[in-house]
Amino acid sequence: MALTVDVVLAGIKEIVVEVAGIDAGIIAMDKKFTDDLDVDSLSMVEVVVAAEEKFGVKIPDDEVTKMATVGDAVNFIVANGK
Amino acid sequence: MSLKFASESQNARILSVGAYRPPRVVPNSEIIGRIDSTDEWIQQRTGIQTRHIADSSQSLVDMATIAAEQAITRAGLTASDIDAVIFATISYPYQAPSAATEILIRIGNTKAAAFDISAACAGFCYGVGIANDMVRNKTANNVLVIGAEKLSDFTDPDDRATAFIFADGAGAVVIGKSQDVGIGPTIWGASAETREAILLEPSYLDYKNNPGKTDLGWPNISQQGQTVFRWAVYEIAPIALKALTAAGLSVDQLAAFIPHQANERIIDSLAKSMKLPDTVAIARDIRTTGNTSAASIPLAMDALLAQRPDLHGQSALLVGFGAGLVYAGQVVELPPAPKI
Repeated sequence: MALTVDVVLAGIKEIVVEVAGIDAGIIAMDKKFTDDLDVDSLSMVEVVVAAEEKFGVKIPDDEVTKMATVGDAVNFIVANGK
Repeated sequence: MSLKFASESQNARILSVGAYRPPRVVPNSEIIGRIDSTDEWIQQRTGIQTRHIADSSQSLVDMATIAAEQAITRAGLTASDIDAVIFATISYPYQAPSAATEILIRIGNTKAAAFDISAACAGFCYGVGIANDMVRNKTANNVLVIGAEKLSDFTDPDDRATAFIFADGAGAVVIGKSQDVGIGPTIWGASAETREAILLEPSYLDYKNNPGKTDLGWPNISQQGQTVFRWAVYEIAPIALKALTAAGLSVDQLAAFIPHQANERIIDSLAKSMKLPDTVAIARDIRTTGNTSAASIPLAMDALLAQRPDLHGQSALLVGFGAGLVYAGQVVELPPAPKI
């Protein structure tokens, strides 16, 4: 399946629900992981590790630090995924 | 040419465990002032509520000796029965002679083989693996494996990344002969490309070669928390499962999981990745002990057996991981209830 924004966003929603235990309905492209979704730095690592596995994409540490919003993560995976 | 070696191997197991925690309990509230943090933040990130810190009059070897003597006594042995001492630590403040030889003096057996190993938080599991090989090959019958640390000597109380994590304590086991296989194969290795994620520097030579340079500071542990966390949650679960498979067990047959007590979030993540059923008792000694590196697994083992005496003689999966980055894991049969 091609990694479109919709596909990746749906996958990220599943991961964030699992890691942070929040309602999928509040997860959107413009939401900030730390401020809006209760994803702290260590939870972010869990999100990244799960996303790498799910989408077969490598997300380097310095990219992780730049991912403030869900959209940042989705766009990186769409741009760098296979 | 053909040389002679012991013709048949023998089985080995953990005969006993001993533990020592220094009496001073330090809550998060004593630490947060210098790092502009909160009790809630520390608990949320690490699970740590309190830790034990030794005072300046109590050395690493003082703590290790108490744990070692307890382990020897609980095995129903005396110091003269010990053939070898393996001491896993990163906080002995001398390059040589070894901490293990200081233990020989303290327990009153100056003749046993003795050496230290430097494998940080994986050190105890490295020691168990080596001791198992020694007993199996009959180069020793009773091996004392110590994991002990006085990390407070090498932790910067102003470092916001480490000040609340590291603590002091000592654990020890005696590994000896057994009727059946009591220690499974050790699965071990490294991810040395990430070697700089945890460092204890500067080195002795940095001081010697830079006379008069006053800003080198005391050698303290530094840690890239996110990098280590990522490595631990991603790499260690498959290693632990490999150790389980190598011992011929499935997660449903396992009684206890005693990972290195680095961070409760890592413990939770490992348990989830490995799909451990609720029947597996999980050691969470980190909450009241902090991260004691090489000491954490024997300390957690002792605490778990105190809470759950029914686990004596049951199977436990051990896995250590830390600076190097290095890891080691094996399944062991937990020691029987102490004879004394």
